[in-house]
Amino acid sequence: MPYVSHTPQDQDAMCAAIGVRDPRDLFREIPDAVRLSRINLPGGLTELELSRRMRELAAKTEGTHSFDSYLGAGSYEHFIPSVVSAIVSRGEFETAYTPYQAEASQGTLQWIFEFQSLIAKLTGMDVANASHYDGASALAEGAMLATFARKRPRILISETVHPEYRRVVRTYLSGLDVELVEIPMLAGGRPDWEQAERLLDERVNALLVSSPNFFGQLEDIEVIAPRVHKAGALLVESSNPIALALVKTPGEHGADVSVGEAQPLGLAPAWGGPYCGWFAARQELTRRLPGRLVSETRDRNGRKAYVLTLQTREQHIRREKATSNICTNQGLCALTATVTLACLGPEGLKEMAELNTSLSHYAYDRLLEIDGVTPFTSGPFFNEFAVRFPKTTQAINLKLLKKGIIGGFDLGRIRKDWAHACLFAVTETKTEEKIDRLVQEIKACLI
Amino acid sequence: MSHLTREEPTLAELSRPKKRAVKFPRAACAKDSQPLIPAQYLRKTRPRLPELSELDVVRHFTRLSKLNFSIDTHFYPLGSCTMKYNPKRNDTLSTLQPFLWAHPAQPEELSQGILEILYELEQALVEICGVRRFSLQPAAGAQAEFTGLMIVRAWHRDHGNDKKIVLVPDTSHGTNPASAALVGYQVQTVKSDERGLVDLGDLESHLGPRVACLMLTNPNTLGRFEVHIQKIAKMIHMVGGLLYYDGANLNPLLGTARPGDMGFDIVHLNLHKTFSTPHGGGGPGAGPIGVADRLVPYLPAPLIGRDGGCYFLEPAHPKSIGRVHAFYGNANILIKAFIYIKTLGAEGLKRVGEASVLNANYLLTRLEKIFHVPYPGRCMHEFVVSTLKENPHGIRTLDVAKRLLDFGFHSPTIYFPINVKEAMMIEPTETESRETLDHFVETLETIADEARHHPERLRQSPHTLAVSRPDEVAAARTPKLVWDEPPLASPDKSPEGILALKSQR
Amino acid sequence: MEFPHDLKYTSTHEWIRMDGNRARVGVTSFAAQELSDVVYVDLPEVGKEVQAGQEVSVVESVKAASSIYAPLAGRVADVNTALKSNPALLNESCYQEGWIFELELTPGAPAQGLLTSKEYLKTLEGEK
Repeated sequence: MPYVSHTPQDQDAMCAAIGVRDPRDLFREIPDAVRLSRINLPGGLTELELSRRMRELAAKTEGTHSFDSYLGAGSYEHFIPSVVSAIVSRGEFETAYTPYQAEASQGTLQWIFEFQSLIAKLTGMDVANASHYDGASALAEGAMLATFARKRPRILISETVHPEYRRVVRTYLSGLDVELVEIPMLAGGRPDWEQAERLLDERVNALLVSSPNFFGQLEDIEVIAPRVHKAGALLVESSNPIALALVKTPGEHGADVSVGEAQPLGLAPAWGGPYCGWFAARQELTRRLPGRLVSETRDRNGRKAYVLTLQTREQHIRREKATSNICTNQGLCALTATVTLACLGPEGLKEMAELNTSLSHYAYDRLLEIDGVTPFTSGPFFNEFAVRFPKTTQAINLKLLKKGIIGGFDLGRIRKDWAHACLFAVTETKTEEKIDRLVQEIKACLI
Repeated sequence: MSHLTREEPTLAELSRPKKRAVKFPRAACAKDSQPLIPAQYLRKTRPRLPELSELDVVRHFTRLSKLNFSIDTHFYPLGSCTMKYNPKRNDTLSTLQPFLWAHPAQPEELSQGILEILYELEQALVEICGVRRFSLQPAAGAQAEFTGLMIVRAWHRDHGNDKKIVLVPDTSHGTNPASAALVGYQVQTVKSDERGLVDLGDLESHLGPRVACLMLTNPNTLGRFEVHIQKIAKMIHMVGGLLYYDGANLNPLLGTARPGDMGFDIVHLNLHKTFSTPHGGGGPGAGPIGVADRLVPYLPAPLIGRDGGCYFLEPAHPKSIGRVHAFYGNANILIKAFIYIKTLGAEGLKRVGEASVLNANYLLTRLEKIFHVPYPGRCMHEFVVSTLKENPHGIRTLDVAKRLLDFGFHSPTIYFPINVKEAMMIEPTETESRETLDHFVETLETIADEARHHPERLRQSPHTLAVSRPDEVAAARTPKLVWDEPPLASPDKSPEGILALKSQR
Repeated sequence: MEFPHDLKYTSTHEWIRMDGNRARVGVTSFAAQELSDVVYVDLPEVGKEVQAGQEVSVVESVKAASSIYAPLAGRVADVNTALKSNPALLNESCYQEGWIFELELTPGAPAQGLLTSKEYLKTLEGEK
């Protein structure tokens, strides 16, 4: 049996020490009625057999490694430096426990401190925590923080926020006595701020926005921020970490809470997870933060040391009065983002963001040159945009697939009347040649 | 690791202007002078991130890794945490290129391999737990609890009962009450009896029409099997409540007993415990949630369906509680658990349970000679001890735990469960050898001897690690959560300068 | 441990110094010691109306958070803002500089259930 190393002699000696004849004797307390003779599962496989089986299953899975993919919509294909997996796969990081015993966990504690610092600097906020399950649940926790802080009956969320994020926010808020109201999207892919202004009053805990939004559009957050604060509400903004090398930060926008998905920082799409949500805020909200926090301090010999701190906010102490029920952070995924940011540095991140911007704009321009293709989104964007085809996106994507291309995200999956709209993500993994081929193939589909 | 090593600087302290690890090519299309993003959207200064060479980065993080204990390097007898060996094949085979680079929104026909794995994983978990179906979506145990309690609430509301109370035992993990509160429930605590089991009298006094659910681990946090579990199930069902299984302690029961057969209606699992996926210094985890037949419609959507040899995402059931994760959950963690189950098979899983219980009882038998044991007798996979039996200098559990670190053992879980004073909770797991367990016992005997003759050695411990007893009070009074602004690296450029982004229009 | 005779006490370890219609509230030396090093005191808002037995403030140490209850009904008239920058006052001087809040008592509200120092001492022996 793999992973249990007792020899028969070991087992006999241990049983003798305990005073039983067989390990099964230790299960006597379990009533017969709930005891099972055996579970109906196949026998175990050797590593050699399993390796064959997994390779068979892998062969039935395609992805951005085997196709040119233009899918984004919340999960992005980006370059990952070789350093990242070399560091993150070290057993000392991968198989370490949560750093409750500070002396045995200074490695984990210091990189969490560095993650918090990098996120705070990148977003222009004062403080950040050790991470969340994903960008969606981080946004939901932002809504909850605002609800606990303001104790009002409403949360506003822009319809331009990722639809799955909105669903997660709805699920999370359903246990609280708070109503979720959507700010509608205008044609072109940006929210109706006039409607938001009308709704921003003393009943609102927070406005939830994202920039770039689900459709890739950069939003005029600065315009709405003062209105949010005038109503006494909090502004919770979701961002893309690569875009932040170029565009104004949530801090500059006046956001109170910054959240986002750190997946673009070194995490492969991996069919949806694990990813890594970040959560950053202004100083005065520190004691309301959900999740784990690491602080620098000194040890009894005066040496620099790191510890988990403000733990009285958390469930293991505060139980039903905790600021959140979250118990884990995304550990290795946050480490991945930390190592990636350390490798990229300010210049690397900027170059990466520039490359995304130039290639995505090249693709946007080239696609609009095709007869019958019109803009779906029309405002400024980073690496994602949407166009409208004269045929359904579904029909076009099916044809592209045969040419080794995974087309953009079919917006018809969100709304039936968007069946002709398609959301393209263009990252640094693409080249002009690849984009030219995409344009050629789409032209061929439309003939 | 020694106090003679220098303090590891932060990335910010290591930063030097103009150092770099990664460069990108310039796109040929970046030529024109027209900025692509209007100036009002651009940040005024570049982000204050550290500037490092590739070797700087590698050395820094490698040095940090050496400041950690980990399963690969140390024994972790952490009660309630099931710190078993994380098999390497889980990593190698789950990170085959296609599993990493499959996009969650790509057409299902391109994702058949992953869908098949997840479908089979669900079938295996259903069989192991004796429930009807599992959703693999929750990203961790706490999110699974939240999801499970949403299902509880939805089911009661559907049946016209807006119940208000969730019961948890006094030995429960903090996430149980925190999750219940998040779903809008009031939490009431049920006492343990003198044997460490749910006090049936106290349970009875809490039961009533307002009780929505009772959350239990079994075996419980004291390492005891709840022998009256069928009676408890009957009692909670009689008042129209549901019984929730917190899977924290499933490990000893693998292949021997199933929560579904005991009367549990909802089951969550922690794949990073029972199913060997790595803890990763705090995550990522995965928390599949399984339910009895009548609760299947409420599971988070989508579930994975099968039609002949073809796998697909099922459309959401109208009664589904919604989504708790964008996309499908922590898919890559799920693949690791699948590999583990496939490796063990039916017999191997049963052997896991047996060996985990054997190891725990072996340790208990040897340690009850030196520690007070608040609930004597045999245990399942873990047990709780209190202070040293011979303790003339009032050595605390914290001191024993810290001294263990000097001998290369991670400390057990301490000061939990909260109903035992000076608790130390020990769970060896099945993957530790007899030699390791013997060495651990001998070490605790040495420490017990030190407690009698050299108490200061314990109170000042650890002595051999990079740091010792960090000042948590100072950290909590004035937390420093972010490094000081690093010295300005390269001078900031104007946004126009940054944006040499040009278009071909 | 001392429990001054001129103060009133509650079984939840608050002390009360009565002065006309005002009542100053803090935690006893027993509670201060049990809490260990206090790291944060969540002070109530001045002007808040409270009922007897209602949670008014939370005192936190590194590993625990304890609720402080209003011993009598009234309006929060003052809070000890010095605790914001120096929560250690609660350990160092729990009966003087470490007071937490002051209530302006609701006229006519019953002042029942308060303990003398002797009675309080007895409840402590019960707890042990």
